[in-house]
Amino acid sequence: MDAMFEGYASRGDAYDEMFDGSRLRPPYRRLRSSLSEMTTPDLVSRVEALQATYLDQGVTFDIGGEERAFPLDILPRVIEMDTWATIDKGVQQRVKTLEKLLADVYDAGEVFTDGVIPREVIATSSHFHRAAAGVRPPNGVRVHVSGIDLIRDNAGEFRVLEDNARVPSGVSYVMTNRRAITAALPETTAEHRIRPVASYPQRLLAALRAAAPGGVTDPTVVVLTPGVYNGAYFEHALLARTMGVELVEGRDLECRRGRVMMRTTKGLEPVHVIYRRIDDEFLDPVHFRADSVLGCPGLIDAARAGNVTLANAVGNGVADDKLVYTYMPDLIRYYLDEDPILANVDTWRVGEPEAREEVLERLDELVLKPVDGSGGKGIVIGPAASRAELEELRAKILEDPRAWIAQPVVQLSTVPTYVDGKLGARHVDLRPFAVNDGERVWVLPGGLTRVALAEGELIVNSSRGGGSKDTWVLAGPTQSDLDADPESDPDADPDPEPEPDPAPEPEPDPAPEPEPQQEREHRAAHAGPEMPSGPALGGMQAQAEQQQQGRSASTGREGSRC
Amino acid sequence: MLSRIAESMFWIGRYVERAEDTARILDVQTQLILEDPTIDEEPTCRSLLSIMGVEDEPKTRVSTALMLDMLCYDPTSPVSIASALGAARESARRARETLSVPMWEAINTTYRAIPSGHFHAQRPPAIFAWVRERAALINGTADATTTRDEGWHFLMLGRCVERADMTSRMVASAAATGAVGEPWATTLRATGAYEAFLRTYRGLETERAAAEFLLLDRLFPRSVVFALSRAEQCVENLESAGPRAGFQNEAQRLLGRTRADLEYRSLSDLMSDLPAEMERLQRTCAQATDAVTRRYFAGSEALVWQGIEG
Repeated sequence: MDAMFEGYASRGDAYDEMFDGSRLRPPYRRLRSSLSEMTTPDLVSRVEALQATYLDQGVTFDIGGEERAFPLDILPRVIEMDTWATIDKGVQQRVKTLEKLLADVYDAGEVFTDGVIPREVIATSSHFHRAAAGVRPPNGVRVHVSGIDLIRDNAGEFRVLEDNARVPSGVSYVMTNRRAITAALPETTAEHRIRPVASYPQRLLAALRAAAPGGVTDPTVVVLTPGVYNGAYFEHALLARTMGVELVEGRDLECRRGRVMMRTTKGLEPVHVIYRRIDDEFLDPVHFRADSVLGCPGLIDAARAGNVTLANAVGNGVADDKLVYTYMPDLIRYYLDEDPILANVDTWRVGEPEAREEVLERLDELVLKPVDGSGGKGIVIGPAASRAELEELRAKILEDPRAWIAQPVVQLSTVPTYVDGKLGARHVDLRPFAVNDGERVWVLPGGLTRVALAEGELIVNSSRGGGSKDTWVLAGPTQSDLDADPESDPDADPDPEPEPDPAPEPEPDPAPEPEPQQEREHRAAHAGPEMPSGPALGGMQAQAEQQQQGRSASTGREGSRC
Repeated sequence: MLSRIAESMFWIGRYVERAEDTARILDVQTQLILEDPTIDEEPTCRSLLSIMGVEDEPKTRVSTALMLDMLCYDPTSPVSIASALGAARESARRARETLSVPMWEAINTTYRAIPSGHFHAQRPPAIFAWVRERAALINGTADATTTRDEGWHFLMLGRCVERADMTSRMVASAAATGAVGEPWATTLRATGAYEAFLRTYRGLETERAAAEFLLLDRLFPRSVVFALSRAEQCVENLESAGPRAGFQNEAQRLLGRTRADLEYRSLSDLMSDLPAEMERLQRTCAQATDAVTRRYFAGSEALVWQGIEG
C-alpha cells in the first residue's frame, strides 16, 4: 500500500469506490500508481494553489451574501467506461420519459385516463402551473437542460435520487473543476484518457437555438439571471460568456405587443430564446408573484403567443415533485415500453394511509423529505434527529401528508477525500447533466460529484457545507481489462460484462492526450522565419566602456559622450 | 450592447482611474507633510479632504493617519481607494460575461487584497505604488485583450472623464498647499511626468509652467485637455452617424465646450482663481456623466412593477 492511501479506511456499510476492503478497485489503479510518488508537502502545496486559483478566478458561490470559493477536492472520482454507458442510457431514458409526461399532463392527460398516475398527484403539486397548459413548445422540448441526481447504494449500483427538470445548477463547476484539476495534477491527468467536458456550452447553445420560435432563422439567445446576489451567478455569467450571448436581468427586458425586447445602447432589440435561471414564481409578476422584481411582466403571454421560447419551460416543476418521482418506473414502462435502466431509491408515499402508518412508526430510522424541496432543505434524517425534532416532524406530516415522502437511510458511496491534512472516506453523489435539442438527449460525460466534507455527513449540498470533485469518465477500458492482472477481482466490477464495448457512443471531441512527440516534429517541420531583433548594442557598449576607462585614466577630464 | 453592461463598463473605467489617481494625490501630499517644514499637518489634511469631496469634515483633530484612513484604507468611506477598488470589482462582476477573463482576474485579484488583509498591511508609500501597479495591470490587460467595440469606448470614456476630474483635483491640491515651487514639482512627479515636464520647458520650473503642463498640454496623457479630448472622441465613436452641423449629444457638447474654454482662454486668466476654475471643471465632469447616463444607460433603471395584490 502506498504511503498516501495508508491508513485509509472505508466507512461501515457504504460502498467505497476506490477500495474493496484493502483491495484496490480497477478504475483507480492508474490514479494510485501516478500519485504514489507524491509526498504530503507536495500535495499540500498543490491543494493550496488550487484554492488560491478559485478565489482569484472568482469561482465562488454565495451563502447568505458572503462570497466563498467553491470547495474542490484534489482527488478526482473515476468512473469506468462501461458504468458510464449505463448511466448515459439511464439518464436519456429518464429525460425522454419526463418530456412525455410533461407534454401529456399539460395537454391531453392520457396518463390519467389510463390510470398510471392519479390526476390529483399532478394537480396538487405546488409546481403545477395552469399557465403552462396548452402551450406547445416550438420543437416539442420542455426539458432543455436537466440534472438527474444519482447515488450509489451499498452494492455499488447507481440509483436515481431525484430529477431536476427546472433550473438544475452546477454544470459550471464541472467545467472549472476539470481545468483546475488538470493544472493541479498534470501528470495524473496525462496518464488517463478522460472524456472532455468543455463542449457543454456549445451543446447547450445548439439546443437553445433549435428551440427558437418558428420562422426565426437567426435567433437571439439570452441567459436570464436574478443578478449578482444569486448563489449561482458565477454559473450564469460563465454560461453566457462561453456561449457568447448576453446575460440579462429582468430589468433589461421589456415586453411590447407580445414580443420580448432587451434594452441596449442602440435601443430595443428582439429576444427569441431565454435560457432562464429564475424560478417560475418570479418570472412574470402578471401571472405569478406580483411582488417579483426579478422577472419581466408579459413574459408568459409572449411565450404563450409563441414569440419567445422559455428554456426550461414553465411548469416543469411537476416532474421534480418527489411524489411524482415515485411513479417514474411505471411512467417509463407506460411511455417508452422499456424497463427502467436506473432504479429508484425505495420510497414510501406518506400520503397513502398504510404507508403513512408504517412511516410514522419508524420515523427514527427513515429519511423524510418534503416533496417540493431542493438544496437539502427540510430533510430530516431519522437516526440523527432528536426526539423533539421527530415530534415536530410527526405533527407536520399529519398536517399535510401529501407534502412528504420517506426513504430508508441510504449510505451514499464514499471516495477518498483530502480533508484537514489527511485522506478520509467521504460520501458523494453524482449529478449528470443532459441537454435535449429535440433530436436527441445528450448527456455530458462527467457530471458534478458533490462530496459531504464532514465525516459521516450524508447531505452533500453546497449550501450545507458540501464540496465537489472532478469526475473523470474514462474513454477506454480500464487497465485490468487490458492486461490480465492476477490481482484483479471480477467481483469488484459492478458491471460484470466481460466483452469490452469499443465505443458506447460516437464522441466528436477527441480525448485530450498530450502528444509531445508530434508537437516537436511539427515545430521542426515548419520553422518560421527568424525573429528580428533591435540594433546590436555590443559594439556600442564596448566603446562606452572604453570612454569610461579613458575618463578615469585622464584624471578629472570629462569623458566625451557616445 | 445591453445598457446595463455599458454602464458597468463606464464605471469600471472610472473607479480604477479614481483608485489610481487618489493614490497619486496621497503619495504627493503625505510626502510633502513629512518633508516640508513650512507646511502644517492639520490644515493640509483638511483642505485635502475637502478637495476630495468629503462633505462633512470630522469634528476632531485631523491627523495624517485619520486622513489616510478616510481616503485610502476605510472601505466604508465613499472616497477611499479601498471603496473605489471594491466598486470597480462590483461593476466588473455585473459585466463579467463581457469582460475578457484576464481582465476580470486582474480586477478580482486586486480586490481580493482587501478582504485578505494584504491591502491594509501595506503602509505608505508602498501602498500607493501597489495601487498604481495594479491599475497599470488592469489597464494594460484591458488594452491587450479587449475588442475595440462599444464596451471599450465606454470603458475609455469613464477613464478619461475620471482622469480630467482627478487631474483637476491634483492641480487644486497643489495650489491649495500655499507653498511655492515644491508642491508643483511633487505633483508632477506623482503623475510620473516630472522629467517630461523638465524636457518640455527646458528645465524652467515655475508654478505657471507646471499648471500649464497639467492642464493644457496636448501630448501629456494625464493633462486635463488631453483627457477631455479623448473623452470627446469616445463619445463620437459611440455615435455612429455624426450630424452635418453641431453636436446632438449633450455629453459631447459639454466636454467639447469645456475643453475649448480651457484652451482658448489666456493662462493668466485661468491662474487667477485656480481652485474655482477646477471646481467648475469637476462640475462639468459630473454633468457629462449625467448626460451619458441619460443617453445610453437610461434603459437600465430599476424596474418598478405595481402589481395587483392577490
